[in-house]
Amino acid sequence: MNPRACVHLRPLKPCSSLLKMTPQFIETQYFTFANAPNEIVLKSGVKLGPVTLAYETYGKLNADKSNAILIFHALTGDAHAAGWHKDAKNPGWWDPMIGPGKAFDTDKYFIICANVIGGCKGSTGPSSINPATGKPYGLNFPVITIEDMVVSQKYLIDYLGIKKLLAVSGGSMGGLMALEWSVRFPETLQSAILIATNYKHTAQQIALHEVARQAIMADPNWNKGDYYGRELPAQGMAVSRMIGHITYMSERSMEEKFGRKLQGKEKVGYDFSHDFEVESYLKYRGASFVQRFDANSYLYLSKALDYFDLSENKDLVGAFKGVKNKFLIITFTSDWLYPSYQSKDIVRAMKANDVDVSFIEIETSYGHDSFLVEIDGQSKLVSHFLSNISK
Amino acid sequence: MRQDHKYILEMIEPNSHVLDLGCGDGELLSLVMKEKKCRAAGIEIDEKAIYKCVERGVSVSHGDIDSGLADYSDKRFDYVILNESLQEVMNPEKVIAEALRVGKKVIVGIPNFCNLTARIQIFFLGRVPVTEGLPYKWYNTPNLRFLSIKDFRDFCADRSIVIDRECALGAQGEIAFAHNLLSDIAIFLIHK
Repeated sequence: MNPRACVHLRPLKPCSSLLKMTPQFIETQYFTFANAPNEIVLKSGVKLGPVTLAYETYGKLNADKSNAILIFHALTGDAHAAGWHKDAKNPGWWDPMIGPGKAFDTDKYFIICANVIGGCKGSTGPSSINPATGKPYGLNFPVITIEDMVVSQKYLIDYLGIKKLLAVSGGSMGGLMALEWSVRFPETLQSAILIATNYKHTAQQIALHEVARQAIMADPNWNKGDYYGRELPAQGMAVSRMIGHITYMSERSMEEKFGRKLQGKEKVGYDFSHDFEVESYLKYRGASFVQRFDANSYLYLSKALDYFDLSENKDLVGAFKGVKNKFLIITFTSDWLYPSYQSKDIVRAMKANDVDVSFIEIETSYGHDSFLVEIDGQSKLVSHFLSNISK
Repeated sequence: MRQDHKYILEMIEPNSHVLDLGCGDGELLSLVMKEKKCRAAGIEIDEKAIYKCVERGVSVSHGDIDSGLADYSDKRFDYVILNESLQEVMNPEKVIAEALRVGKKVIVGIPNFCNLTARIQIFFLGRVPVTEGLPYKWYNTPNLRFLSIKDFRDFCADRSIVIDRECALGAQGEIAFAHNLLSDIAIFLIHK
């Protein structure tokens, strides 16, 4: 594996025609802005520029640009939400939800998904080259917040010439972004679909992230974030991913998927090799993670989630003052990482402001991962919600 | 259109703000929105019914109405509807009090447990009645509360709740007299 795989060095040119029909394969596009002296000012007060956003679009933007939907990805997601890249083994991360005739119907809607800043999938992040030094930023990359991610994507929407989005939507971290977008730019959207999300990270959510971060930072190869071009902190990344995966499943889904099944053996070995299928699964997930994700990005993005608190300056009810768009909020019964009561708090605060909101808790055993795998219920809700919005 | 829905619709002034507690699949609220141009929201406990509400464009919250109204300030809604749901709640007294707090008017639809058919079944057959308004057996009924039209009138009188309208319905439509004896269901428009 090329340890610099996440570093992007290309000169970036935005797509020449937005209405260009997407061919069989999806190609990621790049938009660069905030060149000196117009750097963006982050929530922390630090300036950052130039900023590149990797993004993909699916479907056609209509003539009055009124059918655009912005999708936000989760912590380790990317701009590749749907369709196939050339020579890819898997489609985009939300492909069952986005496409012709699907919930986010690309025959009707123009879907946009961008990699967040701080990420490592083509947008500016800690693995990008710092123009001041010519080397990857590493820990010199400024701390990023959910607000910064949202503000940077507003530049993209402006660049695409879209004044009003039909909807913003996302699950988990993507849900936080959709929520932040709704209160920050209420005039720019008609609706928001929030899935398996929260309005602030709780102590448990922060704690789980901190364990994952410590696992990475305890790996000697992490080297205070300066590992580009060297040995990667693979062990730390693996452990952090294992923790992540446990939190994304539920006890029931793990029991259904693995139970006490043994991996490649008839009897337990009475040693510390892998006996159980669940152990091999986590090991595989952990080992493959370092191939596809940058350790520093994981630190930055998990921190961004932990910093988020929509109620930090005023109470939650106050946060929704003046919010006019419609909301659809979806949670899952078995999601213990972002439990339903957190979304119910959001619903309550919205109702106090007379915000038009629909809320549903879907019965499923898939845990937090449900937003990626529970497709039937979500598809019905999203497609009907959107068709009523676009009427 | 369902008969009870027709009479409930007649009680609602156009362009009002309506909350339906136990809105089911949103059929009534979607009529309220279309026919009366009202803003509407519902609360419903059944997940399958919620999908139908969203399909109809009815804003709905998944939850149980026994614990659902603290979110709303006083007299927020012009009408709060409790149609065929009151007999299924754990604490009807509290739910009605809350409905009257958040709604200027409350529309309550109840099955009449003491109509003639029910009385005959109890008296002559010695069995718990199964009627038009009460189609369930004792072992599968969702109903937790059993009341008659007179019971509901008494309930209102004891709490100084004003009944603005009482509409009793049988299989053939509205019933003009002997409501408690002849009707399957009754719809009340009340306020406090």
